[in-house]
Amino acid sequence: MKATQCYHCGDSCNDDVIEFDDKHFCCNGCKTVYEIFSDNDLTCYYNFQDNPGAIPNEIKGKYDFLESQEIVDKLLDFSDTNTQIVTLYIPHIHCSSCIWVLENLHKLQSEIVNSQVDFPKKKVRITYNSETTTLKEVVLLLSAIAYEPYISLEDYERGSNKVDRSLTYKLGVAGFAFGNVMFLSFPEYFEVDGYWIETYKNVFRWLMFTFSLPVVFYASKDYFVSAYKGIRSKILNIDIPIALGITVLFLRSTIEIVFDLGTGFFDSLTGLVFFLLLGKFFQQKTYNFLSFERDYKSYFPIAVTRINNSKEENVQIYAIEKGDRLLIRNQELLPVDAILINGTAQIDYSFVTGEAVPVLKKSGDKLFAGGKQLSGSIEVEVLNSVSQSYLTQLWSNDVFSKDYKSSFKTITDTISKNFTVAVLSIAIVATIVWLFIDVSKALNVFTAVLIIACPCAIALAAPFTLGNMLRIFGKQKLYLKNTTVIEQLAQIDTIIFDKTGTLTTHKENTISYTGIPLKISEKVLLKSALRASNHPLSRTLYRNFKEEKTIAISSFEEVLGKGISVHQNNTSLKLGAASFVNQELQETSLDTAVHVSFNGDYKGKFSIKNSYRKGVWSLFNALKDAFNLSVVSGDNEGEKDFLQDNLPKDTSLLFNQKPEDKLTVVAQLQKEQKKVAMIGDGLNDAGALAQSDVGIALSENINIFSPACDGILDASRFNKIPAFIMASKKALKIIKLSFILSLCYNLIGLYFAITGQLQPVIAAILMPLSSISIVVFTTVSTNLLGKKIK
Amino acid sequence: MSVIYLLLTLSILVAIVFFIAFIYSVKNGQYDDAYTPSVRMLFDDELVIDKIEKQTKD
Repeated sequence: MKATQCYHCGDSCNDDVIEFDDKHFCCNGCKTVYEIFSDNDLTCYYNFQDNPGAIPNEIKGKYDFLESQEIVDKLLDFSDTNTQIVTLYIPHIHCSSCIWVLENLHKLQSEIVNSQVDFPKKKVRITYNSETTTLKEVVLLLSAIAYEPYISLEDYERGSNKVDRSLTYKLGVAGFAFGNVMFLSFPEYFEVDGYWIETYKNVFRWLMFTFSLPVVFYASKDYFVSAYKGIRSKILNIDIPIALGITVLFLRSTIEIVFDLGTGFFDSLTGLVFFLLLGKFFQQKTYNFLSFERDYKSYFPIAVTRINNSKEENVQIYAIEKGDRLLIRNQELLPVDAILINGTAQIDYSFVTGEAVPVLKKSGDKLFAGGKQLSGSIEVEVLNSVSQSYLTQLWSNDVFSKDYKSSFKTITDTISKNFTVAVLSIAIVATIVWLFIDVSKALNVFTAVLIIACPCAIALAAPFTLGNMLRIFGKQKLYLKNTTVIEQLAQIDTIIFDKTGTLTTHKENTISYTGIPLKISEKVLLKSALRASNHPLSRTLYRNFKEEKTIAISSFEEVLGKGISVHQNNTSLKLGAASFVNQELQETSLDTAVHVSFNGDYKGKFSIKNSYRKGVWSLFNALKDAFNLSVVSGDNEGEKDFLQDNLPKDTSLLFNQKPEDKLTVVAQLQKEQKKVAMIGDGLNDAGALAQSDVGIALSENINIFSPACDGILDASRFNKIPAFIMASKKALKIIKLSFILSLCYNLIGLYFAITGQLQPVIAAILMPLSSISIVVFTTVSTNLLGKKIK
Repeated sequence: MSVIYLLLTLSILVAIVFFIAFIYSVKNGQYDDAYTPSVRMLFDDELVIDKIEKQTKD
């Protein structure tokens, strides 16, 4: 057997396995969750999936803000005298076991009436009896079984989130009408001269007319609106010939049945609208579990603890004012800029800058909003309110309020201009020619041209190609906001990378030791001391000592935010901050280090640096010929020489960039007519991500957090970036080929139209045929393209 | 031959009934989450076993 796996969470149990009920657990937390489940006959949880659980977090006091009625009211979906319904986002939801246990919450707590999981959104909707329990108790129960919900400031502010289902309705209406009209038009396709058809054709025709009414006036409404907008802003978009085609189809068909000239084109009309809406629907792929619109609000807490006359109270964070005293507990996030008053702060800024190693702060130091406290509680005095803080000020920039990207001209828009002009001129020329040959047929030809040239296939090419590419990218873990991003990605000529957290990873660290070499016995003691400590730096260092054994330690003391001291067999070991280990040493802010001393003799320090991702150098080499590359970092220039040596020569490197500076860099390049892609990770890149043509957020864990962007890329696929860009370019080629293909169909149709022999049945065959062949062509070719990315 | 009117009326009525059912189900959010129900329906058996076990224990 391999290393023992924890029965609950699947982590490998290293040295200290806890045995309980013939099962192995890696920690007490996992064992406790198992106990809760086994006491309540919920052990089925472990049958659907092996090791489905997570280690429960320490949450003492974290959810005290849920006692405030005002905050609770904002979070609830529904509240009655005795029933309350709440929807909670739980990032851990990942397998069928999760669904099962969350839908059986009522077995754990009888006050919970009902709970329903929405798996794609990772949300659970809980109905509970509010007379006997509270939201806080429900949240505590969830946390106890390691399904801790994620409640952020965004939840507090959300209004009524209505889902727009109008496209589904329209598609339903069009599909319903299309099906029925097809049946009703069958008799006239085949029995053109029969007695039977003469008797009943009017019934069939008027029924078809009735069915087409909702299609024209409801389902295709968007096309008319868009065409009208296009004309007003003097852009000949693709919706203009479509709207024209629909109008002409409807008017001519109506006139035909009123004057008994023919059956009309109701079949083509409803089919056209149905196929067009189908394309729109296909394009509308959304990743429910991701959000591309997040700002700092989805990261900040709802409330913090304020100390008021030595009493602790929970306040909503907008109520925090300058001068307030706040208590920030272990693992809590600082929502405002503040000065540290009491305690030692180890601040983790990884969400803001991507820097993995926590920063040590002493009382009197300034702390910036967005950092997470890692060791013990601290007391701080507020310097700025939430909206005035260093980080959050970034969001007052115009780039977040304006929608710059909506003005992007898509490939369909580009071609539709020429197309519309061509169709209108053909229609007019053909009509003029027919005026000389046979006046009675001139109007017939004019309408026929507009009908047959209706660019159904052209309008479908882009949605199906890009919609399918979006799904293929999604399978490759690049999640894009919408299909326009693919077109923009294909035009990129400049790529900007953030350094910390993007080129480097916070999963791995490079540890280097400088000082007097350590003896083996000293290393053993050091490793044993590190094992006993829970500090993130200790965990990192501990993993670095692979070969040494560990011994039991009798006297261990950990000073929060300072270091560890150990006494063992006349040897005393001190490790931690410079000031803790050796009074004379000065703290240097340039790197993160753990200092070591034995028996009071200073030995040396372990420097911890983020290591660069695998494949960074080859990625830059692959990109350097086709793109302008640059690295923009908020850090100091410490790494400049190293990067210059390893990156291609003409890569521009910028350091000491504030969040606003990064935005300006992007804007400056755009002024030079460059198409800029920004690849970043932290909140400090949010401005640049929003300003760039394509902003891609790199994320180690896509479920946790990423700033507003156009796409989210899983960090494991970092070196696939060139492949994604190439695939986008090829996707545009596929669209262009589809345009040519559909133009061929249009030419065949135009032949019938111009010669005045367009029968409804020809239109009814040609239109679906061209649409379906385009759909097949784009789907097959994009799938082939997708295989190449792997 | 006027039976055709009856048949047409009936068939369209049936179609409209299904159409209304479709709109109703979309409106109720039945299509919002198309994945979870497919997993949920597999759980029922497990729950029954659970209950039986509990009864025999008691």
